[in-house]
Amino acid sequence: MRGNLLDITKLKVVFYTYRGVIKALNGVELWMNRGERLGIVGETGCGKSVTALSIMGLVEQPGEIVEGKIAFEDKILTSMNGDALNKIRGNDLAMIFQEPVAALNPVMRIGFQIAESISRNKKKNEIKQVYPEVRRMLELVGLDWKRTIDLYPHELSGGMAQRAMIAMALSSKPKLLIADEPTSALDVTIQAQILELLDELVKKFGNAVILITHDMGVAAEFCDKIAVMYAGNMVEYANTTDIFENPIHPYTRGLLRAVPKIGRTDELESIPGVVPDLVDPPPGCRFHPRCKYAMDACKEKFPSLLEVGPEHYVACHLYLKEEMKNAN
Amino acid sequence: MSEVKGVAQKGRFKLFLERRKPIIEDWKHTFYLWKSTTLAMVGTVIIFVFFGIAIFAPLLTSYDPIAQDLDNRLLPPSSQHLFGTDQYGRDVFSRVIYGSRVELWIIFIVSIISVGIGTLVGIIAGYFGGAVDEVLMRITDMFLAFPRLVLAMAFTASLGPNLTNTIIAISFVDWTVYARLARAEAIKVKSQPYIEAIRGLGAKNTRIMAFHVLPMSISPVIVQLTLRMGTIILTAAGLGFLGLGAQPPIPEWGAIVSDGRSYLVQQWWITTFPGLAIAIVVLGFNLLGDGIRDILDPRLRR
Repeated sequence: MRGNLLDITKLKVVFYTYRGVIKALNGVELWMNRGERLGIVGETGCGKSVTALSIMGLVEQPGEIVEGKIAFEDKILTSMNGDALNKIRGNDLAMIFQEPVAALNPVMRIGFQIAESISRNKKKNEIKQVYPEVRRMLELVGLDWKRTIDLYPHELSGGMAQRAMIAMALSSKPKLLIADEPTSALDVTIQAQILELLDELVKKFGNAVILITHDMGVAAEFCDKIAVMYAGNMVEYANTTDIFENPIHPYTRGLLRAVPKIGRTDELESIPGVVPDLVDPPPGCRFHPRCKYAMDACKEKFPSLLEVGPEHYVACHLYLKEEMKNAN
Repeated sequence: MSEVKGVAQKGRFKLFLERRKPIIEDWKHTFYLWKSTTLAMVGTVIIFVFFGIAIFAPLLTSYDPIAQDLDNRLLPPSSQHLFGTDQYGRDVFSRVIYGSRVELWIIFIVSIISVGIGTLVGIIAGYFGGAVDEVLMRITDMFLAFPRLVLAMAFTASLGPNLTNTIIAISFVDWTVYARLARAEAIKVKSQPYIEAIRGLGAKNTRIMAFHVLPMSISPVIVQLTLRMGTIILTAAGLGFLGLGAQPPIPEWGAIVSDGRSYLVQQWWITTFPGLAIAIVVLGFNLLGDGIRDILDPRLRR
């Protein structure tokens, strides 16, 4: 295993639709160690959320994991059945969703919903400890439990609901927390608060986090490592500083050039073209129609993942070629 | 110390009331709409009178609905026998009064069984989808393919005609409607993000269905149930009239109508009064059902 917590190899996920088979993930490689914070960035529809759902075992009909392996510690998640997965979900794995209000059951009180996730790990004789634990978790995420424990989700603001979701997710003390765009539905000031809260709680609990985001700034601030995804592939994986200071893949470079900065006077560059239709993706490297360095090799074969520096991996023919040039 | 506690409790109660304020306001508005819908009010009154009669039956009449008195057979309505007597000298008024208990019992048990089966089948079909859905819904279609009364007759005929079997037969015919409603709701609810979220927290299918899908799918089923109560009475009375329902001497309204039908021309009162009772109660349930639908309709609410 490349990482001691999570190792995904050649993960392929497809969705069967009337329009054809959507090849959502095309051999994703990803790994991480205990206590690490990994950011997954990329455009809408590049497979960030599907990767997260695959780890959680929540890819449902009409979707299917057709190939690949997800190893979590010593367990192979992809070969587990529903009951075994249920034991891991909510104990070792937990997830926070994009729309906090929609991710809470609208007809149940916040306190009850948090209690539900706590009580599943308790024995019958420990039932009395559930509500004190609920109160503690609410206090921990910065909510006044007296005010919020009896409220329904629609009575909470987006930020409060996301705090409640975080309380639910962390109440089982997971080893890996997956946060799927946890701040995208919130306004900027609340975003900062939620990220700060997550940061603080992760430091406290010492769990690993996968933060899925399309905001490079959020990823830079929060994560130790960043994986860049494009159209169902992981194209670059490195430490946060390496990604920002020494991006190699043309797509990563394009993404970084499209980020506005204070004091930046030149025009923002955009990557020409759009994300390809995944029913009929381009052959070879899926980025080649939009890549200004595209070569013949790019149209034929998907480049394999190469270690180009310490902890810095990239999947690009361009680098392969340069490597060979240097060798010659 | 005790004073402090008292204040705290009062505070909590006040907080409770304050939090319930929108709900109370909503109820007030519902009450206002109900008052302004005359027909719904008429229906409500009929149903409450029906319930009252069923509950206080022994206080309303001094005659035994089953005991025969052959000296006083076929008497016309009088102050002694308000609705007259039948061919065995039984007081028709008392039989109609006690009959309301039988009808209420049928409605109650049929509601529980058919809503139980219906929501169970519907939620399982809607939640799992795919092959499970296909199989369960085709079974439902098979039940729906037959006319309701004919199917209920076939059930009672094969099980043997008595009150219990009537109830079972009506329940087995009636559950399909609730199954379809519950399935539609379950399909809607299962694709909501909070179901995915709770799955992500490790909840099992049974738990999700019982605690998260069921409470969200039950309300249209309950509205439909109130709309169908009149139909349940009609089916039960129909079966009773055909001799496939409650057996004599149980005072079931349909059976009483059937008892008196050979005396219809000379002794009209034996069939007319239980027939009127059926008509009025069914009308009451239908008016109430219509009223509830109108009152709960969000487009008509504001």
